[in-house]
Amino acid sequence: MNKKKFLANFLTYIFLIVFTVIALYPIINVFTISIRPDDRLLSTSLSIIPEGATFKQYIELFTNRPFLLWVWNSAIVSFVVTVTGVALASTAGYALSRFQFIGKQVSMLGLLTTQMFPATMLLLPMYIMLIKLQLINSYLGIIIVYSATALPFCVWQMKGYYDTIPFSLEESARIDGCTKWQSFYKIILPLAAPALVITALFSFMTAWSEYIVAAQVLQDTDLYTLPLGLKSFQSNLTTEWGLYAAAALVVSIPVVILFIILSKWLVSGLTLGSVKG
Amino acid sequence: MAEVILKNVTKVYEGGNIAAKDINIEVKDKEFVVLVGPSGCGKSTTLRMIAGLEEISSGDLFIDNKKVNDVSPKDRDIAMVFQNYALYPHMTVYENMAFGLKLRKFDKAEIKKRVSEAAKILDLEPYLERKPKALSGGQRQRVAVGRAIVRKPKVFLFDEPLSNLDAKLRVQMRTEISKLHQRLEATMIYVTHDQTEAMTMGDKIVIMKDGVVNQIDTPLNLYNYPTNKFVAGFIGSPSMNFIEGTLAKNGNLTFKSKKGNLNLSLNKNYENKLNSYANKTLWLGIRPEDIYDPNTVSPSANFTKVNVNLEVVEPMGNEIFLYFSIDGEQFVSRIPAREKPEAGTAKEILFDTSKLHFFDTDTEKTIV
Repeated sequence: MNKKKFLANFLTYIFLIVFTVIALYPIINVFTISIRPDDRLLSTSLSIIPEGATFKQYIELFTNRPFLLWVWNSAIVSFVVTVTGVALASTAGYALSRFQFIGKQVSMLGLLTTQMFPATMLLLPMYIMLIKLQLINSYLGIIIVYSATALPFCVWQMKGYYDTIPFSLEESARIDGCTKWQSFYKIILPLAAPALVITALFSFMTAWSEYIVAAQVLQDTDLYTLPLGLKSFQSNLTTEWGLYAAAALVVSIPVVILFIILSKWLVSGLTLGSVKG
Repeated sequence: MAEVILKNVTKVYEGGNIAAKDINIEVKDKEFVVLVGPSGCGKSTTLRMIAGLEEISSGDLFIDNKKVNDVSPKDRDIAMVFQNYALYPHMTVYENMAFGLKLRKFDKAEIKKRVSEAAKILDLEPYLERKPKALSGGQRQRVAVGRAIVRKPKVFLFDEPLSNLDAKLRVQMRTEISKLHQRLEATMIYVTHDQTEAMTMGDKIVIMKDGVVNQIDTPLNLYNYPTNKFVAGFIGSPSMNFIEGTLAKNGNLTFKSKKGNLNLSLNKNYENKLNSYANKTLWLGIRPEDIYDPNTVSPSANFTKVNVNLEVVEPMGNEIFLYFSIDGEQFVSRIPAREKPEAGTAKEILFDTSKLHFFDTDTEKTIV
């Protein structure tokens, strides 16, 4: 019995270790590249800490490149998209979950349908619309596009979560003295925290790491978000891989921190949202 | 405290489904009224209309002599206890009970005083800092009641508050709510599908079926003088036995069941009311406690002997339920527990012909 248990544990650990290595290897590799000296960028050495390791690329990134500007741009765009996403998805999802109105079914199906088109297919129509609205090359333009992309999923997932909260809680709140709005934000919203966290993360991720749409909409280098900025290290003839790698690592840090902080909510949120409260 | 009056109140859902039809109920100040009926009879809908959670399609609703059809729930000065408790899971017991008072901008000292009072009445003092998920079903139910009483509302509404509790706890909470009613002297409207709860708690009972009020009366009057076959069958446990048959008149009236297995010659008292039904079909009803075991009663002219085959015998401790069929209709008799008859044996029993009920076959209304 014990032997069997040991074997099972052993195999489980082997399995986990193999996949951890597979997941971590690229990140370690990127880190290695970011600290290699200039003349050894394309070295085939496998050592994690290369000979003559240096943080020169990081210093270069923060001092001689507009990296902080890109961080600022990405932060603003991601923040606004997240706030918009949470505000609109939480209220729209609530309306779809709780109220009966004409066009409810159609609007829900409509939201779902938008998810069926690949993002690249939407590039051209979005580009044309933004030009007509004179929103090309502006924060507002890119924020609208990102929000529009993230919202359908967020609305559905908020609606799904609200559906698991019993009606009697709001009814009880209304008898206790709440208006409809108060019963929403005092009772239902706090209970929907796991779903709100998912909505916030999803909206944030949509904006933080997006490249293709940003490349279409933003042309002014002062407005570049991080992915665009990183891409600018790549020119026709050379690519500054050291800088690229250093920037890529720095960019991923806020995301990792966010996930760690919210992971408690995330796990319960993912299961709660999909199955049942 | 206040009166609640429903005048011709009707609820029609989208698609024409009528949940409550022409409801007229008058709940006096400090009265405990129970709405009872099988599921889907419209009792909960009626309660929710009083609470303001359902719109009233037509008719008028008055609370404390004020028409409140279009008044929002928070302004009706009512409190409601829900079947699933509906406690706020993210708040402690204290916060749950204080929530309504906070919204109404009571000062902190007053809130604390009222919550402590309620917690004391309901034995919730040790649990005030706990979240609802750390409480048992009975404790949660008490918190829900506590949340209602701290508000000191004009009217208390209960929507099947005990149906999620186990049998023992249900009986205990039943008496606690009755005690609470005496203590608070408040107007209470209570919905249940359990006729025992209705009989034991209500000053007045409203029996509903298919969205219509069948009878409003005191528990004993409902039991002794039901207005129709439904009420007669619904009130009382085990329920009244029914059998269809015809009345023959040769000298005095005789009831003969359809297949002829039950023949009862009727007491003179019935003649006035039943004469017009001679040679017509009607339903006979007799309560299980009015069918006797010959060994436990002294003979009387009102008794008619009937021989039956016992199908099932259920000893309850202080009494025994005997199940048998006449004409294919299931009958049950409730006799004192002296000796236990064997199932599958023949037995002689006595029908008390002074305690019969008769109902019209078409309208199912009570004849006598």
